[in-house]
Amino acid sequence: MEDQNTNSRRKFLKLGLISGVTAMAGASLVSCSSEEKKPESGEKMRLLTPDGKIVEVDASNINKYPEALITPAEARKGIPDRKFVMVIDLAKCSNARACVEGCQKAHNLDSDQEFMKIQLIQNNENTEPYWFPKPCFHCDEPPCVTVCPTGATFKREDNIVLIDNQRCIGCKFCMTSCPYSARQFNWGHKAKYDKKDQPYSPETSVPGAEGTVVKCDFCPDLLRQGQLPHCAKACPNGVIYFGDKNEDIVTNGEESFQFSKLITDRGGYRHLEHLGTKPNVYYLPPVDKQYPVERGFENEEEINERYKNVPYVKELKKQGKI
Amino acid sequence: MDIINRKKALVEEFSPMLEKYSKLTKLWIAFLVAVIIVGIVAFVLQVVYGHEITGMRDNVVWGIYIINFIFFVGISYSGAFISGILHFFKTPWKNSISRIVEIMTVIAMVIGPVFILLCIGRLDRLHYLFIYPRIQSPITWDIIAVMTDLIACFLYLYLTFIPDLAILRDNSENLNLPKWQKKMYKFLAIRYQDTPSQRHRLHKITRTMSTIVIVLAIVAYSVLAWIFSLTLQPGWNSTIFAPNFIIAGLYSGISVIIISMYFIRRQFKLEHYIFQKHFVIAGIILQILALLFGYFTFTDYFSKWFSTKIDDTILLNSLFSRYFIEFILANYIGILVPVLVIFFKKLRTVKMITFAAVIALLGLWLNRYLLVVPSLENPFLPIQETGPEYIHYSATWIEYSLSFTGIAAFLLIFTLLAKFVPIIPMSGIIENEEFKAKRIQKKDSPDEFDI
Repeated sequence: MEDQNTNSRRKFLKLGLISGVTAMAGASLVSCSSEEKKPESGEKMRLLTPDGKIVEVDASNINKYPEALITPAEARKGIPDRKFVMVIDLAKCSNARACVEGCQKAHNLDSDQEFMKIQLIQNNENTEPYWFPKPCFHCDEPPCVTVCPTGATFKREDNIVLIDNQRCIGCKFCMTSCPYSARQFNWGHKAKYDKKDQPYSPETSVPGAEGTVVKCDFCPDLLRQGQLPHCAKACPNGVIYFGDKNEDIVTNGEESFQFSKLITDRGGYRHLEHLGTKPNVYYLPPVDKQYPVERGFENEEEINERYKNVPYVKELKKQGKI
Repeated sequence: MDIINRKKALVEEFSPMLEKYSKLTKLWIAFLVAVIIVGIVAFVLQVVYGHEITGMRDNVVWGIYIINFIFFVGISYSGAFISGILHFFKTPWKNSISRIVEIMTVIAMVIGPVFILLCIGRLDRLHYLFIYPRIQSPITWDIIAVMTDLIACFLYLYLTFIPDLAILRDNSENLNLPKWQKKMYKFLAIRYQDTPSQRHRLHKITRTMSTIVIVLAIVAYSVLAWIFSLTLQPGWNSTIFAPNFIIAGLYSGISVIIISMYFIRRQFKLEHYIFQKHFVIAGIILQILALLFGYFTFTDYFSKWFSTKIDDTILLNSLFSRYFIEFILANYIGILVPVLVIFFKKLRTVKMITFAAVIALLGLWLNRYLLVVPSLENPFLPIQETGPEYIHYSATWIEYSLSFTGIAAFLLIFTLLAKFVPIIPMSGIIENEEFKAKRIQKKDSPDEFDI
């Protein structure tokens, strides 16, 4: 009994010590920056310190701090108490490709590498096709994670599936086991992989590494800052809603919905549900489409070529409409 | 004792095999080395420029490397299986071919895994497999299985080598061999004197190893099949994969045995050790396996064809259109030719059986190709990408060159090993003769042990 008491006291002391250290570190961060003597904007902002106090600092000091680097080891834990979820409204997608391009820019990808892909899906010959934005589904039963021999790809508590490209040996087994073809491979060497000005974090997937697997990461670096992922931010039509299942809320930046109500009212579904992978990306069916499918062919010829095998496109071509 | 003299006579008989490097042999070795050098260049290029210079891309992430891996490892497993069966049941005619089978087993087991390494993007991180192992990954199972099997096969091969190494150690004074080779005989024979108790012990261990090797072969090849069938991929997610792989492995193994029997018999003039009867027996096994393999393959495709599942339909449409010729060659020609050649008694000549084996082997490789590539080209979500290399796979010269290097390395090691130890086990010949002599003493018919 006595032992336990001393133990718990020690624990308590330790905790206090740690929080003291972090508070000091926080204070030193602020003081360090003030030594640099930047012109003050005069605008003050209130911040919550790690030990729960509210402090007021100058606004010019805020954005200057480098985003906290999340190391590969830290990236395995996930953001506490979050269960991230995405809802894609197929009725609003017009294949504008803003999500693809926004994602590519943010993740420093070449034009031929897409974490977010837009497919043209025609379920059968009698139904009209629809544009189908496809990120990684961040499954709750991810086959990719099961088969990884080194633990380079992992499932976090906040629903996100990430890849640590410093651990990946490039066996590509995860790519064959993903039923949604969500994963890509860095086939050759590129100069951008050598850029060391930004330290690597699995949360940003930058810089890439030759001979390793990459995929959509749900942009946890932005989520930590309370922002939406790049694709959701970039979409001009507000197709992509993102949010937290725990809080039961999703938003596309303009309008917010109660997640459970949205998918119930609008008939939300998950793609290839029967495979049992339990994705965390939901789709709202393409009913009362806001744009005609043809609107999606206003892209470069090279992009349009991709969809030439869809029966609907074949028919359109026959009629000379595209 | 005349056993000692008999040993001497046998060493004398086989000595040309060990001593002489004919011009043709030298040319052959030079050719193989040349192929291997080209392969090494290709490998260096692949390491320097990355996998970009292969035909593999995001959808077909594994190309002919993994097909070669399945193929070589299959040959090895089947070799272990067949050799284990021959030993376990003390098959009387086994002696002439057992060493060929054992050597084949080990060489294929060494070469096969090299191909899986060629699929790996970061060879510099290979040790991560051991630093951060995750036991639920089928790749980890496969690594354990392959390594265990490799060690077991090596041990097994070595055990079968010991008596002959001892004979060579005792009788090599007059042989025109380099000094290191004689020293090796002495070292590797581990003081085996062929005393009755030693012989008994060696037999017992070899027999135990033969059963272990059979079991390991089945386990290891099933694990390899599971790498494919445990994924959700259309065309792969099938319960028949593991048994099919085992039958297919045996089918390729027996083909390689027949082909190597043919060339070894011709090269070393061993017509009085390897008879036509050996070919016929192997041919009949080939036929039975062809029927079984055909049956397994048919069942797999038939249930896919009969079902209306869209993913299976798309896959089969691709097999019946884009891959139609390959499909016919692999699954009709590759199976029917061996069946028919053995079926007609008139066709059961050494040459025809060897021909059937070659067809079976090529057909099987194509069959593996059709198992891997079209499945990866037809995932659940249709491939809608820019660039034809992302839609269909075609291997580059790098991949072909490294594949031929694998074959060349197989042949080279085989050639060199045949120079080190006689390809027909001398100890086995003596044992057979002793056995026959005992039978004559007992006044039994010796006829059934003619071979």
